[in-house]
Amino acid sequence: MKTDLLPLSQISDALASGGVSPQALLEASLARIRAVDGKLHAFLRLTENEAHAAAKAAAQRRANRKPAGPLDGIPIALKDIYCMEGVETTCGSKILRGYVPPYDATVVRKLKQAGAVIVGKLNMDEFAMGSSTENSAYGPTMNPWDLSRTPGGSSGGSAAAVAARLVAGAFGTDTGGSIRQPAAMVGCVGMKPTYGRVSRYGVIAFASSLDQVGPFAQDVRGVAYLLSAVAGHDENDQTSSRRPVPDYAAALGRDVRGLRLGVPREYFGEGVAPEVEHAVRAGIERLRGLGCEVRDISLPNSPHAIATYYIVATAEASSNLARYDGVRYGYRARAGQLLEMYEKTRAEGFGAEVKRRIMLGTYALSAGYYDAYYLRAQKVRTLIRRDFDQAFATVDAVVSPTSPTTAFRLGEKLDDPLAMYLSDVYTVPVNLAGLPGISVPCGFDSKGLPVGLQLIGKPFDEETLLRMARAAEPAEHRLPPIVEDR
Amino acid sequence: MAVADFEPVIGLEVHAQLLTRSKIFCGCSTQFGAPPNTQVCPVCLGLPGALPALNSGAVEMAIKAGKAFGCRIAERSIWARKNYFYPDLPKGYQISQYELPICSGGAVPVPGLGRIGLERIHLEEDAGKNIHAEGGSEVDLNRSGVPLIEIVGKPELRSAEEASEYLKALRLSLIYLGINDGNLEEGSFRCDANVSVRRKGESKLGTRVELKNINSFRFVRQAIEYEIARQVELIEGGGKVLQETRLFDNEKGVTRAMRSKEEAHDYRYFPEPDLPPLLVSRELLDSVTVPKLPQEVVEALTAAGVSAADARTIVGDPRLVEVHRRIGGDAKRAALFVVGELARAVNEKEADLGALKFDPALVPAVWKLQDSGAISSTAAKEVLAELIRTGEAPEKIVERKGLAQVSDTAALEVVVDAVIARTPAEVEKYKAGKTNLLGFFVGQAMKELKGKGNPGALNALFKKKLG
Repeated sequence: MKTDLLPLSQISDALASGGVSPQALLEASLARIRAVDGKLHAFLRLTENEAHAAAKAAAQRRANRKPAGPLDGIPIALKDIYCMEGVETTCGSKILRGYVPPYDATVVRKLKQAGAVIVGKLNMDEFAMGSSTENSAYGPTMNPWDLSRTPGGSSGGSAAAVAARLVAGAFGTDTGGSIRQPAAMVGCVGMKPTYGRVSRYGVIAFASSLDQVGPFAQDVRGVAYLLSAVAGHDENDQTSSRRPVPDYAAALGRDVRGLRLGVPREYFGEGVAPEVEHAVRAGIERLRGLGCEVRDISLPNSPHAIATYYIVATAEASSNLARYDGVRYGYRARAGQLLEMYEKTRAEGFGAEVKRRIMLGTYALSAGYYDAYYLRAQKVRTLIRRDFDQAFATVDAVVSPTSPTTAFRLGEKLDDPLAMYLSDVYTVPVNLAGLPGISVPCGFDSKGLPVGLQLIGKPFDEETLLRMARAAEPAEHRLPPIVEDR
Repeated sequence: MAVADFEPVIGLEVHAQLLTRSKIFCGCSTQFGAPPNTQVCPVCLGLPGALPALNSGAVEMAIKAGKAFGCRIAERSIWARKNYFYPDLPKGYQISQYELPICSGGAVPVPGLGRIGLERIHLEEDAGKNIHAEGGSEVDLNRSGVPLIEIVGKPELRSAEEASEYLKALRLSLIYLGINDGNLEEGSFRCDANVSVRRKGESKLGTRVELKNINSFRFVRQAIEYEIARQVELIEGGGKVLQETRLFDNEKGVTRAMRSKEEAHDYRYFPEPDLPPLLVSRELLDSVTVPKLPQEVVEALTAAGVSAADARTIVGDPRLVEVHRRIGGDAKRAALFVVGELARAVNEKEADLGALKFDPALVPAVWKLQDSGAISSTAAKEVLAELIRTGEAPEKIVERKGLAQVSDTAALEVVVDAVIARTPAEVEKYKAGKTNLLGFFVGQAMKELKGKGNPGALNALFKKKLG
C-alpha cells in the first residue's frame, strides 16, 4: 500500500526510517486533495506555501537526524476553528468571511513546533453548532463512504479528510460530540481529551465550559502522537490543567488485562440502531476476550444530558458570539444607525442554527428565567458528573455506542433539529462531565457504513483510555471507496 | 421651602482604575494617553479565540482596598459576564464579579461623618472609549481591559455635601493605598450616584434614580442637589418619582432621563467559564500590607503636635506627607516648613512635588544652624528657600551667600567697645534710665558688622557693659 494511505503512526515510522520524505508526503496529500476534494468538500482552503516550507524544514531536521518528534513532516489539517496567523479563519460562518487572525492558537503553535505540516483548514458546522457539517456557510462536506451521506459534525471536514486519507491526521473540537460522532461516521479514531488537558487559546469558542480540542487519525497510536504534541498547561488558558503530560504512546504498550469496563444500561437499547448495538457489543466482547472485566453499570442522569446541554451550551454561546457585531472585524451590514447595524450584521452574518442557539441561550439567561433554566441545568450537570464519579469507583472506563446510528443522509435531519441533536445523545454527557472520550471503529453496518465505539475515561486518565482503544481498534484499516488508487 | 421637609438618601458607586502596569487579563500597558488602539492585543480586542489570563497585581490591589476599609475578603470569589452590546465593549460582555465579589462589607472613614458603610468592592475590566468624530464614531480600545474596582457604598449619605465629602475621602484613601491616581478628569476615578428622597421621619426608602456622568466634585454636588430638588418638587406636586437612569448635563446643570426601568438592560449575568474561581489564600491575604489611611495620618500628626489645620493641609497631598516624614525631627516645625516655605515654592513654581530637587532630610540641618546662632532666622529662611530651589547642602549655601553671623564674644566685644567709645552722649542717657536706647547701640554694632552680628549676643554684651 502507498505510504500515504497508511495510518499516521506507520507513516511516522516510514519517515523515521527514511522510507519516505516529508515533501513526498505533502505532494501525495495535495494530489489526493486535488483529485477527490471536489466531491468531498472537506477543505475550506489550503495553506500550500506554509506547508511546503514546513515540509522542507522537516526534511532538513530528518536529514540531520534531529526530528522534532514523531509528527515531524506529517501532513495534517485543522478544523477552521483554530486561529492561524495570516490564514483566513471563518469558523464555517459568513460573519467571519475574510477574517485573518494576527496570532496562532496555542495548539497551532505547538503543532508547528512538533514539525507537523499543516496543509489547510477544514470544513465544519458554523461555530461548531451541528452534527452533520451541513450548517457550514460554505456548503456541506460529504462522507467518504457514501457521498450522499454526511460525515457527521461539527468536525465533519476533519473526519472526512482523515478517512479519505487526504491527510494523516487532523484536529477538531468537541463540545458535545463534535470529534467522536464524525469519527464514528467515517470510521476513524477521534478523541476528546479531558476538559483542561489541551489549551483552548486561539480556538474560537462555542461553549467555553464544554469545548475541548482533540485529534483524528486512522489509528490510536497516531491519536496518541497528536495528543502528546498539544497537551499541557498554557498560561493563556487558565482553565488548562497544570498536571504533567504523560507519554501517551508509551501507555499503548501495556495490555488491557484486568481493566474493568462499565456498560451503562442507559446507553443501549431504545433509540440505538440494532446494527450499531450489535457492532458495539461485538467490540465489547473483543475487549472481554483480551482480559477486560465487563460490568453492567447505571448512569441514571445521562438521559437528561441533551436537555441540560442545550441550555448550558447555548447560554455560553449566546455570550461568546456577542463579539461578532460588525464593529471591529468580519462581516458588517450596511446600515445608518448603530442598532440597525448590529441587527442586520447578525441577521445576515449568522446561519439559522446559530441564531436558534443564540436565542435559546439568551432566553435561558434572561432575568426571571435564569433560575429555572441555567441554574437548574448546572445542577443537573453536577448530577451527571456525580454518576460518572460513582461509576469510576468500580470501573476503569465506560463503553457505549458513539452515536445511535451510522451516517445519515444529507438533508435527512436538517428540518428536525431535535432529531439532529439526538445524534449526540451518548457523547454529550461526557462533555458535561468534563471527561475524556474516544471513538474507535468497531465494524460496519449492512450498508457498509462504519460504526464507532465510544470509551469514556476518568478525568486525566487518557492513558487507560488509549490503551483500551488500542485493544479495541481493528487490526486492518479498510479504505473507503473514494480512495481509488491503492 | 419644601426641601426641608424631606430627607435625601444617597449611595455612591465609584469605579476606580487600578494602578497596575498591565491590564487585568492581558499584558498590554495601561498607560494613559497613548495614540488610539496602540496598547491592544487579541485578548483586549476580543478577537475570536482569545482568552483572559488574570493579572494577580489587580487582585492584590483589590485586597489592599478591602483590608484598608475593613471588608470581608472572600477566600473564593467568582467572575461573571455582564452581557450588553456597545461598540466600546469588544467581547459583547464585560468580565466582572456579580454573585460572589472579592470584598464585602467594610466602611470608609470620612472626616466629620464617621464611617460610611460599603456594600461591596468587586474587580472588573474597563471598556474602551467611543470617540464621536466628524463623519462617524470611532473606537479606542486602549482602555479596554484596564483593571477597575467598583466600590459600592451603602445609601448612608444624606446630602450632596456629604456625598462630596465621602467621595473626597474615598479618593484620597485610594491614592494613599497607591492603587488609584484619583484623576476624575481622565476618568480613572468615576462616580455614579443613587438618589432618592423621603419625607422626614419615614423609614421606607423612596424610588431611586441613578445619576451618571458626574465627573467632578462640583458636578457631584450640583447633580445631586438638582436631583433632590427635582424629586421633592415632583412629589410635592402630587407626582411620582420614576425608577430610571438620568444623565447629568454639566453645561445646563440639570439631569435628564436616559432610560427607564423598562428600558434597563438585562445584563444576563452568569459565571465566566473562561476563568477559574478567584482564590485568595491566607498567605496572599497576609502578604498584602496596608499603609495608614488619611484620617489616621491626620490623627498621628496632631498627636505629634502639628496643628489640626496644618495636618489636614499636609494629608491632602500624600506627597507632602512623604516630605514631612523624610524631614524627621520636630514634627511641628517640619509641618510649618511644609505648609510654609515648601508650599510657597510650589505655588511660585520653584519646586515640583513630583520631582523634588532637594533631600528633605537636610531641613533639620538648617534649623540647627539657626538654633546655634550660626545664622539668623532671616538667613535661615533664605537658606531653606535656596535649599528647595537647588538642593545644595545648607552649610554650602550659608558659605556661598555669606550668611553666617558673628557670635564669637571676643570679636563682638571689640565692636561693642568701639560703639560705646564713640557715643558718649547716648551712653550717658542710657545710664540715666533711657534703656530703650539698647536698640540704638545694637543697630550701630550691626552696621559695623554688616548685619552679620548675632543680635542676641550683642544685646547681652551691651547690657553687661552699660549695666
